Amino acid sequence: MSEHELRVSKIRSGTVIDHVRAGQALNVLTIVGIDGSEGEEVSIGMNVPSDRLARKDIVKVEGRELSQEEVDVLSLIAPDATINIVREYEVVEKHRVERPEVVEGVLECPNPGCITNADEPAATRFEVLEDGVRCAYCGTIVREGIADLIRE
Amino acid sequence: MRHDHLITSKQLSRADIELVLDRAAEIDRDQEAVAGRHADALLGLLFFEPSTRTKLSFEAAMKRLGGDVVDMGAVESSSVTKGETLADTVRVIQGYADALVLRHPREGAATMAAEFADVPVINAGDGAGHHPTQTLLDLYTIRENAGLEELTIGIVGDLKYGRTVHSLAYALANFDAQQHFVSPESLQLPREVVYDLHQEGASVREHEALADVLPSLDVLYVTRIQRERFPDEAEYREVAGRYRIDAESLAAADDELTVMHPLPRVDEIAPDVDDTDHAAYFEQAHNGVPVRMALLDLLLGDLDE
Repeated sequence: MSEHELRVSKIRSGTVIDHVRAGQALNVLTIVGIDGSEGEEVSIGMNVPSDRLARKDIVKVEGRELSQEEVDVLSLIAPDATINIVREYEVVEKHRVERPEVVEGVLECPNPGCITNADEPAATRFEVLEDGVRCAYCGTIVREGIADLIRE
Repeated sequence: MRHDHLITSKQLSRADIELVLDRAAEIDRDQEAVAGRHADALLGLLFFEPSTRTKLSFEAAMKRLGGDVVDMGAVESSSVTKGETLADTVRVIQGYADALVLRHPREGAATMAAEFADVPVINAGDGAGHHPTQTLLDLYTIRENAGLEELTIGIVGDLKYGRTVHSLAYALANFDAQQHFVSPESLQLPREVVYDLHQEGASVREHEALADVLPSLDVLYVTRIQRERFPDEAEYREVAGRYRIDAESLAAADDELTVMHPLPRVDEIAPDVDDTDHAAYFEQAHNGVPVRMALLDLLLGDLDE
């Protein structure tokens, strides 16, 4: 582990989401549904120098191992992210995020006329395209600013 | 048909479309033959937006097949005004009917409704989204007048918000038609639709002037440009006037040109076109009944099997 990464303390057991695009750490937490309200220990490094990305964010979550399905959604905003599962201070698994085919309930459709913006009991659903996402209900395609669509 | 619901024309293959059109042609030749075929069927009508042709032709179609309709009525007099969600309305009314027809002002409404319904849902228009049954009757009219093979069609007017246009364009991608889209820049086809059409390998060209393509067309499909899309009256009049069709402007067209319009028209087609051989828009509206009879027959028929 490099000297820079030590700015954020090591975790004992849990998940380290590394190589997150600079500025996206809080969005990462929103997507994986962690807001600290359940007492999770979370450390965040923002705009940390990185060999691969020049600047990157890093998120460490103590006591929770995120599944591949949970982290794949991150590929929308942090396509270079690497996921490290840590047990007793050792990295036991390391993998990349993969683009899922569909993301459900994570993004809000930017089309104000879309049925998903009408207080109906249906989760949003987006197909993941090569270069963006597409609302499964109204068909709106979003290629830029996907992070702005993340549901609070 | 292999679909329980009809939500967009994108879901229809060429074979699906031909199945409906062939059945419609049979029914058109002899409506009596199918008069009692669905004697016990009830069609639920959920129209959250005003409609004349679509609603009446669905009602006529169901009744001519021997069935009947249950109608939610106007939104103002329904429980929607009490704040009921569309999902709940659908879950309730599907218990009263064998199939549902839904028109709703929001895009994606029919897709969502289908997720809450165990009976077939037919999309009769969802905001600026889709209107697949209009497309089926449009295709039927095109087939009867110009044929669907080697078709060159010009679609004119409000291409941005016109759901009939989007649905027709998707369906025509199945028939290798040459599609010319003519509109002011501000009302061009949504980029999503162009993206899809390119993905389907459709031949799509966009123009601002109708004169550029008129002489080459087999079919001219005219849609209404709505006043509310423009910031001021003067701009609306200028743009709408540019795309107005009359008998004189059609002199540049092929003698065999078929002129269509989903109706209602305001002044985008002058009345003097009505008396020419080009005019097919009233026939097109009449075709709504046999085509919707065919669709209902296929969707309800599957339930009996």
